[in-house]
Amino acid sequence: MAIEDDVCVIGGGLAGMTAALRAAREGARVRLLSHKKSTLRHASGLIDILGYADGELVAEPFDALASLPESHPYRRVGSDAVRAGLSLFDDVTGDAYRGSHTDANALVATHGGTVKPTARYPTRVAPGLASQSRRTLLVGFDSLTAFDAPLAADHLAAAGVPGTTRGVTVAFPGDFRADSRVTRFARALDDDEPVETASGPTPVRRALARAVEPHLGDVERVGFPAILGEEESQEVRKALESSLGVDVFEVPMGPPSLLGLGLEALFQEALDSAGVRRTTGNPVVDFDADGERVRSVSTDRNGRQVPFHADEFVLATGGLVGKGIDSNRERVVEPIFDCHVPHPDDRYEWFTDEAFGDHPFARFGVNVDDDLRPLDADGKVEYDNLRAVGGVLGGADFAAEKSGSGISLATGHAAGRAAGAAANQR
Amino acid sequence: MSDAPTHDADEFEPVDVFETTEMDLRPGADDCYKCSTCDTSCPVAEVDDEFPGPKFQGPEQWRLKRKEGHGIDDSITSCSNCMRCDDACPSSVPLSQMHNTARGEYVEDQRFGREALSALADGSPREALSIVREGQDGLVERLRNRILANYHTSAWLASYAPGVANFVMNFGPARWAMEKTMGVTSEREFPEFADHTFREWWTARGGARVENPDKRIAYFHGCYSNFNTPEVGKAMVRVYENFGYEILVPPQKCSGTPMFANGMLGDARRHAETNVKNLAAAIENGADVVASCTSCSMALGQEYPELFDLDGIEDVAAHTYEGVEYLRLHEDLEDALDEASVEGSEFAYHAPCHARNQGLDTQAVELFSDLDGVDIEDVGDSCSGISGTYGWKEEKYDYSMEIGAEMFEHMEGADGETGMTECPTCAMQMEHGTGYEIRHPLELLDEALVDRSQ
Ligand SMILES: Cc1cc2nc3c(=O)[nH]c(=O)nc-3n(C[C@H](O)[C@H](O)[C@H](O)COP(=O)(O)OP(=O)(O)OC[C@H]3O[C@@H](n4cnc5c(N)ncnc54)[C@H](O)[C@@H]3O)c2cc1C
Ligand code: SF4
Ligand code: SF4
Repeated sequence: MAIEDDVCVIGGGLAGMTAALRAAREGARVRLLSHKKSTLRHASGLIDILGYADGELVAEPFDALASLPESHPYRRVGSDAVRAGLSLFDDVTGDAYRGSHTDANALVATHGGTVKPTARYPTRVAPGLASQSRRTLLVGFDSLTAFDAPLAADHLAAAGVPGTTRGVTVAFPGDFRADSRVTRFARALDDDEPVETASGPTPVRRALARAVEPHLGDVERVGFPAILGEEESQEVRKALESSLGVDVFEVPMGPPSLLGLGLEALFQEALDSAGVRRTTGNPVVDFDADGERVRSVSTDRNGRQVPFHADEFVLATGGLVGKGIDSNRERVVEPIFDCHVPHPDDRYEWFTDEAFGDHPFARFGVNVDDDLRPLDADGKVEYDNLRAVGGVLGGADFAAEKSGSGISLATGHAAGRAAGAAANQR
Repeated sequence: MSDAPTHDADEFEPVDVFETTEMDLRPGADDCYKCSTCDTSCPVAEVDDEFPGPKFQGPEQWRLKRKEGHGIDDSITSCSNCMRCDDACPSSVPLSQMHNTARGEYVEDQRFGREALSALADGSPREALSIVREGQDGLVERLRNRILANYHTSAWLASYAPGVANFVMNFGPARWAMEKTMGVTSEREFPEFADHTFREWWTARGGARVENPDKRIAYFHGCYSNFNTPEVGKAMVRVYENFGYEILVPPQKCSGTPMFANGMLGDARRHAETNVKNLAAAIENGADVVASCTSCSMALGQEYPELFDLDGIEDVAAHTYEGVEYLRLHEDLEDALDEASVEGSEFAYHAPCHARNQGLDTQAVELFSDLDGVDIEDVGDSCSGISGTYGWKEEKYDYSMEIGAEMFEHMEGADGETGMTECPTCAMQMEHGTGYEIRHPLELLDEALVDRSQ
């Protein structure tokens, strides 16, 4: 009766997709339940392992793992799991990503003009690494207010990146709406749509190169906001490079992020070919357990509950943003299984007074054992067949450490393998 | 049981007494953090540069409206109600609910006669006359939308003489006239009316053949499987009876989907009242509600409680399921299919937007991929482009085909030469774009599971 699988993963972010993929590779029949589409489409598409520790920039993240506190998710799974998670990532993304040649962090310029230490970055971003000393021109579009190229260039110069950086704002050629969506520009470039210019109808890639040419000067590379094509981004970039005669790269942007969308698509292809069954659209709201084991979870749509049965469950619902951790005035909760989330009783101790202080709430999340099973208030395993991964875990401050994706990959990999293996034994 | 012939004679009257629903665009507007994810998932915005997208239609429009003097922007009529934006929003802003209410308010504001009446009141009878004469209130467009939205009425009329209706509806000169005068595209083939309705068949066979107080469902057949594809309804009946279900077919009207999409909330509400009353009675009688069309199950399960406040409406929403979904949850459908087989068939499957929104977009491929003799391939996650009445409007036809292009391409790239989908209008578009014959998953279940030699 009803819907049954070996492993059921709840949450379709990077952590959930990694766990599902890894469990499927273990031979298990896997279902991935997700309320919303993956949150990757809001993220920059950069994969950070550890960018900062104690507020200091980290050059070699693997060397720094051992210095993290015992309760940190990386310490739970160990550095081998971090490597294994990254290697699964490299396998899924292939040519689309760079960074696997070294253990060191790369420095990538962001759309705000800061420099971000990261472990993997899209190939489209690669020619723009801030660590390379090259004369750089950043190009923004007046219709795209989210990227102010001159301002970003000033910030980068102030941050002391090697080489010189200039910024210029041009009009995107053609007659697009003033508030056009990034996907609209991307598709025009994909199709090399003809646009109206002063010298008559021109394919948009050429028209774009012409708009930038007068500003080139002696630069060695040109950076655009990451909107250079959705399906044909390599071709778009190559075409611009050959027209301009310099390297072309893209600067990661905020949501909606084409780089994030591209990463999501790669993972979904991998999930489909691994035979993972995906069910998206309704939130998991409830579960059924007998004693130590979870038997099923239920999704809900307007009061209609749909149960999903499995042998093993993985909780990958994200943190406060993904809605895997929630809080009310009294307490901080994990809303599906009501797993224990350690936090001070007094809500005035959840945060510090400074806006950018070391806020305890940033670390809120479930506590787990070495097998990633959530622990109750007494340190006892909540359910034998429930593991937690990614942002729902406590003990890490993803935003401050720049460790979000790395933790998702490492814990997703570990839990996926364990859940797949456990399901096989039953 | 009658064929729901509860049609008021004045249903086509454009000047209609509208029950004013209370429209409030506020719910959720404040949750929007302007990430624009909804905009990137809107198929209309992708092809129609004039359409400002769901973020504007929903949260931003409401913010504007808070200031005095801002009416609903007429771009709201370009939203096809595919509800993709709903699914995309990470912050659970109820976009489609906002669009539905905005459209209702827009249509209410544009009501025919309103401008003419106010011209009269201002003491300018001549102006009032010319407004009426020149159709400046969009009379023709409104009438057209009204007719498209009230498909069940045309279908009900046509069902009395399906042969004649099929002829007239697809008769070249008549179609030319419809396009020129009413803006109904002449590019499309009107759906064929079956020579009998599902309800006629149901009555003729003597209603339910299984009685079972413990397993009972109320079938919501909707207009399309009643008038155009009764074979889907019949398959549904046979499959459910095969699993031992007693089937009720309560009197019912249109689910309201085409009315929501055209802002005719007053009409939709009237239909909803009948549906909710009769379905709630069936639920009282121990039944769950099952629909074979994903837009119908969407309307009953989500749009009704979002838009109307009727007795029993929450109950109906909570008990409504899609036809295959229900069996999956209550029977061991996978096992049953494991033991079954069909003669070699290959399908190119398209998940309707409204199935996607209910989390049902992967169900058919998942189920049938293990059925012997079947090869089924998902043709990707693009919208089919027809979105109910949207693709029937002359001014939208080209956009509709442009949105559908990706699906047509994938269908042609797939091995199968038969299409499959749960949505009747998607089926229409798939057929129109590729010439393939289109089946419903319930028909395949019928073929696989029901021994019809008995
Ligand atoms: C705007 C933004 C930018 C970021 N940029 C970066 C970056 O540049 N580099 C980096 O390394 N990290 C970045 N991160 C962090 C990183 O994306 C996440 O921290 C990390 O990947 C956590 O992933 P996750 O899979 O645990 O959770 P999430 O990605 O939050 O996914 C949670 C998933 O669970 C689903 N879900 C939640 N509740 C339920 C439920 N009840 N039922 C069913 N499904 C449910 C959600 O719909 C969602 O799909 C960014 C995060 C955000 C929000
Ligand atoms: S997706 Fe939601 S939060 Fe984002 S802009 Fe649209 S409505 Fe606002
Ligand atoms: S319902 Fe569909 S057409 Fe309308 S705004 Fe949302 S995504 Fe666009």
